Amino acid sequence: MLTLEAVEIRQGAFHLAADFSVETGARVAMIGPSGAGKSTLLDVIAGFLQPTAGRVLLDGLDITALPPAQRGCAIVFQDNNLLPHFTVAQNIGLGARPDLRLDRADRQRVAHAIERVGLTGFEARKPGQLSGGQQVRVALARVLVQRQPLVLLDEPFAALGPALKTEMLGLVDELMDETGATLLMVSHDPADARRIAPRTVLVADGRAEPPCDTGALLADPPPALRRYLGS
Amino acid sequence: MKYLALATGLFAATIAVAETPTLTVYTYDSFVSDWGPGPAVKKAFETTCDCTLKFVGTGDGAALLARLRLEGARTDADIVLGLDTGLTAAAAETGLFAPHSVSAEYDLPIAWDDPLFVPFDWGYFAFVANAGADLPANFRDLAASDTSIVIQDPRSSTPGLGLLMWVKTAYDGDAEDIWRGLSDNIVTVTKGWSEAYGLFLEGEADMALSYTTSPAYHMIAEDDDSKVAVPFDEGHYMQIEVAGKLAGTDQPELADRFLEFMTGEEFQSIIPTTNWMYPAVMPQGGLPDAFDTLIAPEKSLLVPADEADEVRDKALEEWLRALSR
Amino acid sequence: MAARAVAIARGAPGHVAAALVAAVILAPVAAVLWRAGGGGWPGPADWAALRFTLTQAALSALISVALAIPAARALARRRFAGRRLLITALGAPFILPVIVAVLGLLAVFGRGGLVNAGLDALGLPGIRIYGLHGVVLAHVFFNLPLATRIILQGWQSIPAERFRLAASLGMTPTDVMRHLEWPMLRAMLPGALMVIFAICLSSFAVALTLGGGPRATTVELAIYQAFRFDFDLGRAAVLASIQLALVTLAALAALRVTQAGGFGAGLDRSLRRFDAETPALRLLDAAVLLLVAAFLLTPMAAIVWRGGAALAGLPVAVWRAAAVSLGVAAASTVLTLALALPMALAALKRPWLEVVGLLGIAASPLVIGVGLFVLINPWADPTALALPVTALVNAVMALPFALRVMIPQLRDTVADFGRLADSLGMRARDRLRLVILPRLRRQIGFAAGLAAALSIGDLGVIALFADPDIATLPLQILRLMGAYRMDAAAGAGLLLLTLSLAVFWLLDQGGRADADA
Repeated sequence: MLTLEAVEIRQGAFHLAADFSVETGARVAMIGPSGAGKSTLLDVIAGFLQPTAGRVLLDGLDITALPPAQRGCAIVFQDNNLLPHFTVAQNIGLGARPDLRLDRADRQRVAHAIERVGLTGFEARKPGQLSGGQQVRVALARVLVQRQPLVLLDEPFAALGPALKTEMLGLVDELMDETGATLLMVSHDPADARRIAPRTVLVADGRAEPPCDTGALLADPPPALRRYLGS
Repeated sequence: MKYLALATGLFAATIAVAETPTLTVYTYDSFVSDWGPGPAVKKAFETTCDCTLKFVGTGDGAALLARLRLEGARTDADIVLGLDTGLTAAAAETGLFAPHSVSAEYDLPIAWDDPLFVPFDWGYFAFVANAGADLPANFRDLAASDTSIVIQDPRSSTPGLGLLMWVKTAYDGDAEDIWRGLSDNIVTVTKGWSEAYGLFLEGEADMALSYTTSPAYHMIAEDDDSKVAVPFDEGHYMQIEVAGKLAGTDQPELADRFLEFMTGEEFQSIIPTTNWMYPAVMPQGGLPDAFDTLIAPEKSLLVPADEADEVRDKALEEWLRALSR
Repeated sequence: MAARAVAIARGAPGHVAAALVAAVILAPVAAVLWRAGGGGWPGPADWAALRFTLTQAALSALISVALAIPAARALARRRFAGRRLLITALGAPFILPVIVAVLGLLAVFGRGGLVNAGLDALGLPGIRIYGLHGVVLAHVFFNLPLATRIILQGWQSIPAERFRLAASLGMTPTDVMRHLEWPMLRAMLPGALMVIFAICLSSFAVALTLGGGPRATTVELAIYQAFRFDFDLGRAAVLASIQLALVTLAALAALRVTQAGGFGAGLDRSLRRFDAETPALRLLDAAVLLLVAAFLLTPMAAIVWRGGAALAGLPVAVWRAAAVSLGVAAASTVLTLALALPMALAALKRPWLEVVGLLGIAASPLVIGVGLFVLINPWADPTALALPVTALVNAVMALPFALRVMIPQLRDTVADFGRLADSLGMRARDRLRLVILPRLRRQIGFAAGLAAALSIGDLGVIALFADPDIATLPLQILRLMGAYRMDAAAGAGLLLLTLSLAVFWLLDQGGRADADA
């Protein structure tokens, strides 16, 4: 279970408060107007940013001050997920061992992940030779290899077309089924939330609301979300 | 027993190598270069001395003295070779030099009786020009003419300092006037001799300050007799290059032998065609033929070593004043 | 709130490197002061030298940069065959040793040079290169390539989309200049001006040879006088400190005005410029490039022409010296990179660290040499250490350029991949090996090439430490000239030029090969 305990973030005029929990294995979307602080909150959970006050707990363990790699979360960014000078296999291998000294078992895990995301035959390609969708698949394969209890997605599909995005969301859904990890996904598109996240956190007006049912939230949006949705 | 004898022999040989004394000679860089006298001198001395002759090169004569002053009494040098009479007073003042015991039949235009320093070569400063040009006969002529010259900065170059002293000894109170007159003849002032001479050879000026012996290089090495030194009727300033023994040397006898060797036949016969200067003691074979064609100044100018500093400072002030306007 | 991503820029080794560099530059000055038993106050002649030095350095920097703007603009907005080759060739004067370059310049602008021959043929009066204008001309010759590279990088940092936007909005070239190019120039120019100002501040042989007389006395010559003529070590050290202080002030001022602005490998692409496709502007750019190429390349051609004949018959000693120089350059290059990389990493957090690197440009070679001599002499034979010391000093002199090349790319790399490395849990060593070094390949190749070429061409401090048996190539050229062998010296100069360019080209290409975008 991921718990944000009286978390407060202040940066100049920016302010965001969060106080809620996410059940283990849940799939939660974070939506809200741009600039509200979705990605900033994700940064605090991932350990890139220290909150001004409050604690972050994962399964009861205080991870607030831990460095990103020791918090038990894997993250996929909007871009720059792949090192351009490494091959597909190497980029995925980084998830197994960040110094890239892979043993046989690691290589098997990498091979399995490559197969799982449908990139068999692309192992030796470099990111520059891949399409946008394939690049996302590489990043997801790495998440698979990392085997972390918490997976954070920071709008990695924003630049993809609608069909491709649906496909990727489907892939994420399958992978989460397989690993049983908790998913937290930042998106600006409510349709994404509807597609794979039964629960949604609304970030708006300086507050991250506790997760509530996605369908209900979108069917009867509160004023802040209504303004954002423009409906 | 045979082995023992062999082993003893080897051991003795090792000791002999270890005990070969080294004579360290500080000198200016061009002396030690592959084209200077250094390599031949080293070879000649080492065949007679049963020692190692080690040359250490540093810039030019003034840099040599500066280095010695930096090192002081701790210096590794046994001999310093390459100071000139403009520097000997300052060098003597350091108290680092010991009297020498050399007595030789010098072929110098002046009598030599310095107790600390032994001369090894000498020359006259002169402007070198292309033969056949309409050339001035003295500094006044030069100042009045359109002839362009390139000279060296006295603050960074020995010949530059020589020219400064030349004008000062020839004209004394009028020296500043002469410099003012020369200012429109001076194309530029260079850091050292090589740059100035190089500019002259590239055609940047009609004449460059060098030595009366410079044309001999072109005749002997390049078979080119188009370069001439220009005789000036107020006389030519001399440069006498000397060496001295350090008081703190750990090889006093070897040092004395070197100074003796330096005024001897072998060393002196190397000088003319490597340092392109006159030998301080005429070798038995005389000078190469080309040296016969060189100009022989009628009057030699030289500021006595003990007055050099004072004259120099005043002359530099005048030079700066005249040329900075 | 400190973002954790900057943890990638581990500071300690960088501070050690910076301290080492500062020590290499400042300790000798301090040693000279100590040896002198205190400072000596500069006299009126020294202040005059300072004024002249500042004047010529400021003029040289202004004119180099002013000419570099149209040249960089033409290179940025035109595509033509041989463009890359031209950019490389235009960089050559910067790595040319002074003595070689001056002779090349004189072959063009001197009394018997091409320009005067041309004017004479037309019946026009000749020009005289000697004087302040000659000094500035030579400095522009040396530094125009550097200025052009810095500013070209600025142009290439403007995203192509902005120019497309400008085209779709119907902006005229003047509008583009005002809205897109001028803001970029304002960010780049202070850095460019400052670097060239610093380089020209310690100029010595150029200013003296082309200055035409004691009016053109620079601070470095005043230091020479203090050291050789008056043996006033205190005054020499104080003058060297003034020189260092001036560069530090200039660097800090420039750093305040802008953080941006590097030069170097960059992304070498020329943009299609819709606003500049008028015949008049094409003609203008072509003319600018032709003039710049003629100005920079004709003296180089003269060096090739002058030295070509003697190249085959060079004495063995020259080839031996060339081998020594290559060895020193190799050591110096490794040292430059070993210092530059940690300093660049640390400078991401503390930009002022780059100023420490800049000191190398402004240090007086004479005082550094004398100071190192004073420091080494009690412990070891300075002659025996001539080559290591030369390699170290050459490395420190090349450092500012290496830093300028590496810092912008390093900043981008950390911004792009720092969080990824953090989230994967890479340790500092792995980050360096797996992320930073591969991402900086081109910059490292370029910096290595520059460091090697500068080291080959630099006389450095070896003249003070010279060992008769192991001379470097620049020292051997001086010795040839000192022994009347001007033709052989010209041949050796051409050899030096060829080696410098070849080494630069090889290392630069090595960095580019197989580098993925």
